[in-house]
Amino acid sequence: MNTFSDSLTVAAGLVTHLDPKLLAIVELSLRVSLTATLLAACIGLPLGAAIAVGRFPGRQTLTVLLNAMMGLPPVVVGLVVYLLLSRAGPLGVLGILFTPTAMIIAQTILITPIIAALSRQIVADAWSEYREQLTSLGAGTMRAGLTLLWDTRFSLATVLLAGFGRAIAEVGAVMIVGGNIDGVTRVMTTTIALETSKGDLPLALALGLVLIAIVLLLNAAAQWTREWARVLYG
Amino acid sequence: MADAPARTGLPIICAGVAIARDATLLLAGVDLTIARGACTLVLGANGAGKSTLLRLLHGLLVPNVGTIAWGGAPQRPPGQAMVFQRAVLLRRSAAANIRYALKLARVSETEADVRIDDALAEVGLPHLGHRSARTLSGGEQQRLALARAWALRPEVLFLDEPTASLDPRATRAVEDIVRGIHARGTTIVMSTHNLAQARRLADDIVFLHEGRLTEQSPASIFFQSPRTPEAAAFLEGERL
Repeated sequence: MNTFSDSLTVAAGLVTHLDPKLLAIVELSLRVSLTATLLAACIGLPLGAAIAVGRFPGRQTLTVLLNAMMGLPPVVVGLVVYLLLSRAGPLGVLGILFTPTAMIIAQTILITPIIAALSRQIVADAWSEYREQLTSLGAGTMRAGLTLLWDTRFSLATVLLAGFGRAIAEVGAVMIVGGNIDGVTRVMTTTIALETSKGDLPLALALGLVLIAIVLLLNAAAQWTREWARVLYG
Repeated sequence: MADAPARTGLPIICAGVAIARDATLLLAGVDLTIARGACTLVLGANGAGKSTLLRLLHGLLVPNVGTIAWGGAPQRPPGQAMVFQRAVLLRRSAAANIRYALKLARVSETEADVRIDDALAEVGLPHLGHRSARTLSGGEQQRLALARAWALRPEVLFLDEPTASLDPRATRAVEDIVRGIHARGTTIVMSTHNLAQARRLADDIVFLHEGRLTEQSPASIFFQSPRTPEAAAFLEGERL
């Protein structure tokens, strides 16, 4: 008996028959990671633009810090958020540990530096090209930053996709702060880890297929967006 | 087309201006007056300091030494525009690029609609308002940059080698637009190292040599009998 091919067959069946348990896990994963990406975008994009365009003390240090934080280990983020949200922690009163909200917080912390650092680089490159013209037209720092965010929107869309990809694929942080509770905080990556350790490969494999499909779709979307923007906007 | 309104940022007077960057002296000892209504061409070889001078006059750079006064004031007033060697256009339509500039200048939406149509017509691009600015040809992009500048109805228009990367036909088109804007009362300050272009456009010539202003005179005098050996040598280069 070929375990891999058998498991793959069962996994394909789960996907094609839209297994309710599988769908629930995928839905929660998307909800958590999309929300985290949205929140990280709200923080990271303006932060990146402000560092790129603004001139203030500590700017270089902040840039170095952001770049370094791009490599934050998910388990460390999970641990910190766990300590903050645990009953004895400073935010324990909120009672949100082992909920999707905690997972969203952890993923937001994880990907905000990625979005901020990459958008800073993109906006800074655009700023070096536009600075004199925007200054000549009388754009202040804030207006220039907003203009550049809009003008680099297609490159920034790729940044957001990168952030989302990182969020949906990580396992350490959501495992710690979510607790991997069946039907409550169990997402694709934590399910794959759990089911593999139990030896129940079909569900793990099915989720793996969905995860890979999402990553492929994201890359295709990023590529398509770039091409479309190049043709349409130059 | 409406004329450029008179404002108060003229004359522009530079007194003993010098500027350095990374220990390199870019301009030194510049005394210069830009009077209302003239079309002044800034001439000089590559690296003479033409672009730096225009940026100083437009307030994009601050001199390390000396002063610049715009109509007697130490701050650059509104009512100036600048077109750069390579048109810098936003990733939006041609019309939206002009609208953006007008919005920054606090021009009302109704007035902006009128000025956008007028400016695009003035530069010969009335049919391309909806096109994405960055998909236009190099010549069209430069004309759009001029349309954006003209829409602001500037008192002074600075042009930093606006035809340096254009073919002769596009160059002539840009020159015609510059003439049209000048004829409506806008003071022009334009840099070039193209002597034929300077002959075609200039009322006055400012000649720079290795970061120093060596001559400022009416164009007819400059081309007939340059006062400095550097300017004479520069003109001589045209005949070689």
